[in-house]
Amino acid sequence: MSDHTLNPEKMPHNPEKATLEGKNKFLAFWFFLGGETVLFASLFGTYLALKGSTNGGPAAEEIFELELVFVMTMLLLTSSLTSVYAMYHMKNNNFGKMQLWLGVTVLLGIGFLSFEIYEFTNYITNEDFTFRTSAFGSAFYTLVGFHGGHVTFGLLWIITLMIRNAKRGLNLYNAPKFYIASLYWHFIDVVWVFIFTVVYLMGKVG
Amino acid sequence: MVSNSNSSSEYNRKKNKEEMKQQLITFTLMIVFTLIAFSMVIFEFDKLYVIPVLLILAVVQVIFQLYYFMHMKNKDHEMPAFMFYGGLTVATITILTLSVITWW
Repeated sequence: MSDHTLNPEKMPHNPEKATLEGKNKFLAFWFFLGGETVLFASLFGTYLALKGSTNGGPAAEEIFELELVFVMTMLLLTSSLTSVYAMYHMKNNNFGKMQLWLGVTVLLGIGFLSFEIYEFTNYITNEDFTFRTSAFGSAFYTLVGFHGGHVTFGLLWIITLMIRNAKRGLNLYNAPKFYIASLYWHFIDVVWVFIFTVVYLMGKVG
Repeated sequence: MVSNSNSSSEYNRKKNKEEMKQQLITFTLMIVFTLIAFSMVIFEFDKLYVIPVLLILAVVQVIFQLYYFMHMKNKDHEMPAFMFYGGLTVATITILTLSVITWW
């Protein structure tokens, strides 16, 4: 394809779906998200089944701290909004502002991840609650850790895109990439909504 | 021709702004739902209705996220919705199965 095809003088309204490749990426990514939903459902199902099996170790209502979870929730929810802002600027063909808001998203994501690492370290060193303590422990760390792994991957993904395309500016080749990374980031927040509800809040209620 | 394309980009900008406004309202509502969910647990409301309300709040919040933040409300999202609901169906069956074999 000639350079002009991917860098048109006037950007289309939806640059992420203006090329066939963009359309394919968009569709395939939603197919992937359907699969991710099943993956997390099996982890949630396992957690619910093993939640009461504490093997003499700490139970959910004893260790969870809602203040920390609340701060984490706010960080991730806000980062979802900032990535919406990034996509808003992408659609208006404003590359600088898109990069700026993606940067804010990454910072909020790093904040979330740091709190999660602090939380796990605290459980392991002060509460004697590890992956091997009980079936509840294994299920908890697998579910929440898997989500944390998704956050880590999402952060690396967005940072890579930002650096790789920093000098290219926005075009029809990289717009789908940015759009899909932002969809992934929203999906991470979707999963977190269920984690803070089912694991932490319902765990505290008992 | 030039003025024509300008007015269409102006129209798109307006449309984007309109969508942004909806997304801001969505965000505010999601914050409110989160606050309600946390305060219900912190102030120790009756367990019998806290759990169903928590689940409803979570589902509504996720619907907002999917339809407004991830644009599933937009017209060209029939296939994505099909893909996602396909996944969601299997997900529901998975959780149902694991719950039934544990507590039946």
